[in-house]
Amino acid sequence: MNHEERLARQKNIRNFSIIAHIDHGKSTLADRLLEKTETVSSREMKSQTLDSMDLERERGITIKLNAVQLSYTAKNGEDYTFHLIDTPGHVDFTYEVSRSLAACEGALLVVDAAQGIEAQTLANVYLALDNDLEILPVINKIDLPAADPDKVKQEIEDVIGLDASEAVHASAKAGIGIEEILEQIVEKVPAPTGDPQAPLKALIFDSHYDQYKGVIVNIRIVEGTVKPGDKIRMMATGKEFEVIETGVFTPNISLRDELSVGDVGFLSAAIKNVGDTRVGDTITNAKTPASEPLPGYRRLNPMVFCGLYPIDSSKYVDLREALEKLELNDSALEYEAETSQALGFGYRCGFLGLLHMEIIQERIEREFKIDLITTAPSVVYNVVTTDGKELKVDNPSMMPDAQKIDHVEEPYVKASIMVPNDYVGSVMELCQQKRGNFITMDYLDASRVNIIYELPLAEIVYDFFDQLKSSTKGYASFDYELIGYKTSKLVKMDILLNGEQVDALSFIVHRDFSYERGKAIVEKLKNLIPRQQFEVPVQAAIGQKIVARSTIKSIGKNVLAKCYGGDISRKRKLLEKQKEGKKRMKQVGSVEVPQEAFMAVLKMDED
Amino acid sequence: MRGMYIHIPFCHQICHYCDFNKVFFKNQPVDEYIESIGNELSILVEEGHSFKNLETVFLGGGTPTSLSEKQLDRLLEIIHQYVDIGSLKEFSTEANPDELTSGKLSVLKNGRVDRLSIGVQSFDTELLKRIGRTHGADDPLKVIKEARQLGFENISIDLIYGLPGQTSKQWEDTLDKALSLELPHYSGYSLIVEPKTVFYNLMNKGKLPLPGEDIETSMFSMLIDRMEAAKRQQYEISNFSIPGKESIHNLIYWENDEYAGIGAGAHGYLKGKRYANIGPLKKYMENADNGTRPIINQHEVTKIESMEEEMFLGLRKTAGVPFNSFETKFGKTLLEVYGVVIEDLSNKGLVEVAEDSLKLTRKGIFRGNEVFQEFLK
Repeated sequence: MNHEERLARQKNIRNFSIIAHIDHGKSTLADRLLEKTETVSSREMKSQTLDSMDLERERGITIKLNAVQLSYTAKNGEDYTFHLIDTPGHVDFTYEVSRSLAACEGALLVVDAAQGIEAQTLANVYLALDNDLEILPVINKIDLPAADPDKVKQEIEDVIGLDASEAVHASAKAGIGIEEILEQIVEKVPAPTGDPQAPLKALIFDSHYDQYKGVIVNIRIVEGTVKPGDKIRMMATGKEFEVIETGVFTPNISLRDELSVGDVGFLSAAIKNVGDTRVGDTITNAKTPASEPLPGYRRLNPMVFCGLYPIDSSKYVDLREALEKLELNDSALEYEAETSQALGFGYRCGFLGLLHMEIIQERIEREFKIDLITTAPSVVYNVVTTDGKELKVDNPSMMPDAQKIDHVEEPYVKASIMVPNDYVGSVMELCQQKRGNFITMDYLDASRVNIIYELPLAEIVYDFFDQLKSSTKGYASFDYELIGYKTSKLVKMDILLNGEQVDALSFIVHRDFSYERGKAIVEKLKNLIPRQQFEVPVQAAIGQKIVARSTIKSIGKNVLAKCYGGDISRKRKLLEKQKEGKKRMKQVGSVEVPQEAFMAVLKMDED
Repeated sequence: MRGMYIHIPFCHQICHYCDFNKVFFKNQPVDEYIESIGNELSILVEEGHSFKNLETVFLGGGTPTSLSEKQLDRLLEIIHQYVDIGSLKEFSTEANPDELTSGKLSVLKNGRVDRLSIGVQSFDTELLKRIGRTHGADDPLKVIKEARQLGFENISIDLIYGLPGQTSKQWEDTLDKALSLELPHYSGYSLIVEPKTVFYNLMNKGKLPLPGEDIETSMFSMLIDRMEAAKRQQYEISNFSIPGKESIHNLIYWENDEYAGIGAGAHGYLKGKRYANIGPLKKYMENADNGTRPIINQHEVTKIESMEEEMFLGLRKTAGVPFNSFETKFGKTLLEVYGVVIEDLSNKGLVEVAEDSLKLTRKGIFRGNEVFQEFLK
C-alpha cells in the first residue's frame, strides 16, 4: 500500500468504544453492531461475543479487553472500517479502561432509558473526556415501559454537560436504532489524524499470552506503520523484538500485511512475557524510533494483597506454576513467596482490587484444581516507626510491635456514590460506619444525589459494594479513586486458637472499633470452625491483652449409628465424603480450620 | 456365602425417616413379587451359587409383616425350597408390632423362623405418631408376650434416639420400658435425616426440631450405660445382647463376609463382588422372571478395598478386628498395612491395640467415623 492509499483508507476509519453501566446493555449493543455490519452472522452469534472467558460470561462483566474490526457501508455509499474496542466494566480496571479509551476517537455513551446515569458510567465518561473523545449518547432500552428518554437526556446534559439533543433512541435487544448509531459514528467520530510516514507509535492497550505465538499485543497505531519483519522496541521497558505477524480481529484472528495509522489490531513477535508488553506503553520502530512515547503510561500498582496457600501443602509447587501461568497473561498480578506459621508455604499476591483477587483465586481453583486458603485481603499501610523509619506493610502479621510504632498511615479513596435521594440516609450511615469523612453531596436532579465521601480503602476492599447495594435496594452505584495516605489510629489484632497465635488470622483495625470487632470475630470463628477433638478457646488480642474470647466445643459423637443393612458401598461413600470434607480444612496447630474462616475477619458487618 | 438377606419392599405406612427401598402395599403386585424372589434364587443356583450351608436368613424391608399370612407362607415355602433350613443357625425376620398377628406368628413359627426383630422405635405414643408409626406404645408388649407363648425366645427390638422433639427423659423412659422386657437383644440407632424422606423436607423448611449434637451424644451414652448395667453387652456400635445372642446375620456384614442379597434394591456380596439389585419393582421382576440377574451394578472388590472394609466394618464390633484373621485373609499383618494410621489413632485415644485385636476405645466408639475414614485411601 502506498502513502496515498493509506491516507485514503485512514480517512474512513472510525475507532470507538462503548461506555455503559453493567446491565445497561453494552454487550447486547456490541452484538447488534457486529450483526448489523455482518461481522458475525446471526447464525454463528453466541450471545455476547466479546466476553470470551467463561468467568466473564458467568459474572456478566468484561475482564479482558477485545477489539473487533467491522466493515460498514454508509448511506453516503462509502465503505468504512470500524474498530470497536471493548472496555472492562469494573472499577478494579480503571487504568485499562483509560488506555483502551485512548485508542479511540469516539465513544458511545449507553444509558438505560429507565435508570439514568450511574456512578461507574460517569467515571468512564470523564476518562473519555480526558482523552478528548467524541461522545455519542445512546439511550438504550427505549422499549421498556418505564423508559423516560427525555428525563435521561436532561440528565446527560445537566450532569455531564453534553449536548444530548441528537441522542439515539435505541433498543439493542429489539434491534431499534442500530443503523442510526452506525451513521452517527461515521458522521461524528473523527477519523484518525496521525501520519503514516512518521516514526511508529503504537499504543498497547492489552495483551494476552498464546501458547503458540507468545504474547499477542493489542495495539492502536497512532503514527507510522508496522509490518512483519520490523524490529520494534517497547519504549518503557526498552525490550526489542522482531514482528512475526500483524493482523486484526474480525472477531477471529485475520492476518494483515501491515497495520497503519488508525488501525486497531494486534502483533505477535515471539514475546515470552506479558510483563514486557505493559498496557499504556508505546511500541516504536527500533531502527527509526519516535522521539517521545505516547502520553499516559503508568506502572500499575496492586492495591490489595492477600496470602494464597494450598490447603494441601504438597501443592505448593503446583501453586507456583499456576501463578506463573496466570502472570503470563496478567501483568497486574504480583506475587512473592511467603511463609505463615499457621499455613506453611504460600504466596503473598497483589491485585488491582477485590474482583481481580477473586478472579485469580477462582481460576486457580478451577483451572489448576488447587484448593486454596485465601487470607483476608489487606491494603498497604505506611508504618512510621519510633526511630523514624518508614515501612510498607501489606501483611497484618508483619506489623511491628505497638511500642515501636510512631504512627500508621492508610490509603484513602474518594468515593462517589449515586443514589435516589430516599437512600441518602442509609448511604451516609454505612459510610459513617466505615470511618468515612463526608465531603459533599450534589443533587443531579430532583430525585438523584451524588454523595462524595473519603473512605479508608481498607474499609471498602471487602464487601462495601455488596453492603451498599443491599442498603439501597440495589439502586446505588459506586466508583472510587485513590487520593493518598492519611494517619489513622490503627492497631493489629491477633487471633489465638487454643492459646496459639494464628498469624494468618491477624488483621488491622481502628482502635475505636477494636473491642467490638474482637468480640464479633471470636463468635464468628466459633461458628465457622467445626467442633474439634477437644475444647478450643478462641481469643482476640491486641498486643498481650486479650479483648474477647469464645470456645469451640469438642466433638460429641460422630459415628454412623444407623441401620444400614448390607449396603456397604453407601457406608463407604459416606466415610469418603467426610474424609473429603476434612481435606478441605487446614490443620493449624492442633485445630482444623475451614477455608472460610480466613476470610471471616473482614466479612463482619452482616451479623 | 454365609447368609442371605431377602428384601420385602412393601409397607402399609411409610415412616418419616425411612429411605430404604419401599412402596405402599396397596395395589402392588405382591404375590408376583414373591414368585420373582423364587426366580432370582433359581438364577443364582443356576449360576453355581449354593444355599446349602447358609448360617443365616434375614427377612427385611420395607416390612415383611405387611404380607398376608398366605403370602408369608408362600415366601417361606420358596425359601425352604432353596435353603437347607437345617443348617441355619439363625432365621430372622423384621416385624412391625401392630402387624404381627397371632396368625402370622404361627406361620413364621411353622416356617422355622426363630428370631424376631421388632421395630418398636420408641415407647412414647406422641413420638411414635410424630415419626409416622402406626402402632401404639403398648402394642409391642402384647406382641412380645404372645410370641414368647408361641416359643419365640430370640427377640430383639429396634429403638431410635435423637428424634425430633425427643427429650433425654423420654429416651430414658423408653430404655426403661425396653429393658423391663428382658429381651436377649436390643438395637439402638440414632436418627439420620436422609434425603427423600418426610423429615428431610421438614428439616429444609426449618420445621424439624432435632435435639442437637450434645443431647444426642448424651442419649448414646445413656444407651450404652443402661444396656451394660442390664447385662446387655454392646457388641457393635448400635447393638447390645446377652452373650451368645448376638445377631449372627449382622455379624456377617461386620466380619466382611459374603452374603446373598435377594429382592428389589437388595445389596449382596458374592464371589468377591458387591452388587446392588434393581430398585423399581417392575423392572426387578421383569429381569428376575426372564432369567437374568436383576442387578443394577456390581463391583469387584479389590484387595485394598477389602482390607479397608475389613477395618471400617470390623471396628464397629467391640471385639474389634482380630490380628490373626486379618493376616489369614490378606497375607499381611494388620500393623504392616496400617501401622502408621493405628499409631496416630492410638495416640489420639481412639483405638486400642489389645492382645489379639485392634478395637475402638469408648471415645473411639463415639467418634467411629473419624477412625473409619483413616483406613480409606
